[in-house]
Amino acid sequence: MIGADIQILMPEVVLSVYAMVALLGAVYTTKDGAASLLTWMTAGLFVLVAIAIGVNGQGTHIAFGGMFVDDGFARFAKITILISAAAVLLISEGYMLRRGLLRFEYPVLITLAVVGMMVMVSAGDLMALYMGLELQSLAMYVIASLRRDSAKSTEAGLKYFVLGALSSGLLLYGASLTYGFAGTTLFTGIIAAAEGGASLGLLFGMAFLIAGFAFKVSAAPFHMWTPDVYEGAPTPITAFMATAPKVAAIALFARVVHDAFGGIIGDWQQIVAFLALVSMFLGAIAAIGQGNIKRLMAYSSISHMGFALMGLAAGTVGGVQAMLVYMVIYVTMNIGTFALILSMEKDGRPVTDIAALKSHAKRQPLMALVMLVMMFSLAGVPPMLGFFGKYAVLLAAYEGGLAWLAVSGVIASVISAFYYLRIVYYMYFGEDTQALDGRVPPMLWVTAVVTAGIVGLAWIPGVNLFGLDPIAAAAAATLVN
Amino acid sequence: MGNILTLTTFLPVLGAVILALGLRGDDAAAQRNAKWVALVTTIVTFICSLFILTNFDPTNTDFQMVETADWIMGLQYKMGVDGISILFVMLTTFLMPLVIASCWNVTTRVKEYMIAFLILETLMLGVFLALDLVLFYLFFEAGLIPMFLIIGIWGGKDRIYASFKFFLYTFLGSVLMLVAMVAMFSQAGTTDIPTLMGFAFGTEDFSILGVQIVGGMQTLLWLAFFASFAVKMPMWPVHTWLPDAHVQAPTAGSVVLAAILLKMGGYGFLRFSLPMFPVGSEVMAPLVLWLSAIAIVYTSLVALVQADMKKLIAYSSVAHMGFVTMGIFTFNQQGLDGAIFQMISHGFISGALFLCVGVIYDRMHTREIDAYGGLVNRMPAYALIFLFFTMANVGLPGTSGFVGEFLTLVGVFQVNTWVALVATSGVIFSAGYALWLYRRVVLGDLIKESLRSITDMTRRERLIFAPLVVMTLLLGVYPALVLDMIGPSVAALIDNYDAALAAFDAASQVAANEGS
Repeated sequence: MIGADIQILMPEVVLSVYAMVALLGAVYTTKDGAASLLTWMTAGLFVLVAIAIGVNGQGTHIAFGGMFVDDGFARFAKITILISAAAVLLISEGYMLRRGLLRFEYPVLITLAVVGMMVMVSAGDLMALYMGLELQSLAMYVIASLRRDSAKSTEAGLKYFVLGALSSGLLLYGASLTYGFAGTTLFTGIIAAAEGGASLGLLFGMAFLIAGFAFKVSAAPFHMWTPDVYEGAPTPITAFMATAPKVAAIALFARVVHDAFGGIIGDWQQIVAFLALVSMFLGAIAAIGQGNIKRLMAYSSISHMGFALMGLAAGTVGGVQAMLVYMVIYVTMNIGTFALILSMEKDGRPVTDIAALKSHAKRQPLMALVMLVMMFSLAGVPPMLGFFGKYAVLLAAYEGGLAWLAVSGVIASVISAFYYLRIVYYMYFGEDTQALDGRVPPMLWVTAVVTAGIVGLAWIPGVNLFGLDPIAAAAAATLVN
Repeated sequence: MGNILTLTTFLPVLGAVILALGLRGDDAAAQRNAKWVALVTTIVTFICSLFILTNFDPTNTDFQMVETADWIMGLQYKMGVDGISILFVMLTTFLMPLVIASCWNVTTRVKEYMIAFLILETLMLGVFLALDLVLFYLFFEAGLIPMFLIIGIWGGKDRIYASFKFFLYTFLGSVLMLVAMVAMFSQAGTTDIPTLMGFAFGTEDFSILGVQIVGGMQTLLWLAFFASFAVKMPMWPVHTWLPDAHVQAPTAGSVVLAAILLKMGGYGFLRFSLPMFPVGSEVMAPLVLWLSAIAIVYTSLVALVQADMKKLIAYSSVAHMGFVTMGIFTFNQQGLDGAIFQMISHGFISGALFLCVGVIYDRMHTREIDAYGGLVNRMPAYALIFLFFTMANVGLPGTSGFVGEFLTLVGVFQVNTWVALVATSGVIFSAGYALWLYRRVVLGDLIKESLRSITDMTRRERLIFAPLVVMTLLLGVYPALVLDMIGPSVAALIDNYDAALAAFDAASQVAANEGS
């Protein structure tokens, strides 16, 4: 019996064992000397595990009496998480090495965070959910403050920790209320308890759970930590935080509201719609004044989470499908954008000032073009993929009866277009300030060009987003029933 | 020739790819090569479009040469051409070689400039040929990107303000249309434009926040599309981005903007608003007619006081587009024929006028009207051509400008004589500002010291103008060339429109009888 359960948990087990072995091995032998190798190996392992999940994954399996669920939805999220984490590792290796930040703990901690995320998206029980979430969060707190001698990085880590602890507290409170009123922590039990209308206590529990999730996906009004942590953490860590954990958190969000509270969609729909509305506008307006590209990307991610939540707010299969499509596109765009941000350097020091991009197009025409594609995609201008993500969530929201949210969303997207355009304007029309070196490390170059190729061209008939849409539809169908 | 439409549409992109990958360096030779590659590409595209024209059967009012392929998210890649779109396609492919030829003197970032125009041409052709809502939206919106860059990189002094205003204004209008498209897909279950033309969207009145919406869903959808097309047209009072964009854009950018991009708004009304939301159109028609009349008079008056030549012509464009919207919302054969004719003819005339400004701007690097005067003494050929297009702009019989204005006025007179009266006064104003501009720039004594050594048009410049002169005259004396092409499709459009309205009237009659 336990053997069958372990079988289902195999990807997580493999990654956990790998993390332990790598940690011990590095401690006893070469320490940081092997960090580069370890980073590459970790990235390779992520890709292998992702392929294994993709190839072997069939049907729905339940382990440990319902605490752990392995279904199409979880597999979709896991593959997205693994691939994006691998991509972030690949683009961060050179940067961390040049800054002397590449310690062997870095890939190990990323691995542990990824294991946490995989448990999150597979959670079938509030306890499993919390375990996954905390494993992910604790690993992230540490890597956010990886640059120990920098006040900003430690501040970021501390802020992240304190606010993360607060959100975990909210979440735990919600979980205990839910347990108190439903009598179980299993999602299948909660949904049965909420049959035909939830009690007030259960609704309170749900609201607190959602508040906790909103912290993790950095949806307004629980977004305050995001800009500071994004700015303070080393850029590769920021890239990581902007991608995989967001996917995990929003997938967990979808899992809980559909698996545990799928019977009372009307009750959580208004909360999620509100979160989406506020996030879209706050992200769009607050980013206008930012001069630091990492802070700008923080607000941009808040806005994008608002759009993803718009899909979730629809409360339908189509909504979850749109959310998944949106997240995959969002992650692709962010990896490409962060590859370019990582390449922004002057005399060996990282530059994060947006104004430094002035006239980038003259020295680095290809990289500027990549950035242009990314910015228009983030703004949701066709034919870039960002547009198709927006289209999918708008359609889902409209069909979910949230036409007002769709209209608000597109207006917010026009506001946010302003600051994306500003970056294009700096790169192409700004006067030359020589604020950046023209060199781009090959790994970043390749990542940037590949992601830009995907973002700019994957819509072409015949490529059809590499079949992303039907896969997401199948994944969403296993979650919502 | 099964995929001639796709081939024609994406040929310019092919040229752009060749330019981007195959051309290195930025010396004079590379720049000349870039221009030649672009010119040859646009000419080949024009030749391809001639095949479309010869294979096109004007008596068939369905979509022709249709191509379909599977696409994502329940959408499809579908292209086709009918009597309404064919001439816009021809206008685009006809003008693009002239546009490329007009930037022969550009020396900054030539390769990128050519690539931007080639990509823009693909996107413009795609707008006119797309037969899927979202595919249309894709081309429609994507066109903003190259235009934003053209204004922003190669534009004048205040180009940044102008480019941002251009982008954000049109983007705001378009996203509302996107929501409407989503709503249409949700209701009709398809984004196929021919199917949607036969789909009857809901017309029951309902109220939102206490406001009674007459015509119900159709009116809302119509308004969302209107937000996009009215900005693109542009109609008064959302036209303010156009003068800024025109003044700051480089000459070639202005030509494309005035001659082709503005026509997307009118095309959108004809392709979407009228056939898909007949009740909504009927409900809102008085509003559009009066907005058009105001636009004609108001922007003509504004044009009178401009000190910048491009701004003056930009305002005159807004006035002429007023005739177009007015003609479209008369819903009769003369009005619609006139509107399409006016758009085609305005494509030639306004393009030529911006080129005329470009000719002297290249020499003097100013667009201030006061900086000129008496050019006829040194530039007789220029004076003649400028005179010809000024007269065409005024609507002199014998030029194409007359036919369009006359037909739209005939159309609107049958619907609303007051609007016709107000709009006709615009014809007089247009003579006022256009002739006065000509008087100040070209006639009189050559007293400005700086103009003493100005040279007349080169052979290249004359060559660019020649086709435009020919087309303007040809359409002026033989308008049947255009009208025979569009006539059957327009007649079918009106028939469908009337049938839909009759069905709606009958239904509401029944409802009223049941109610009483």
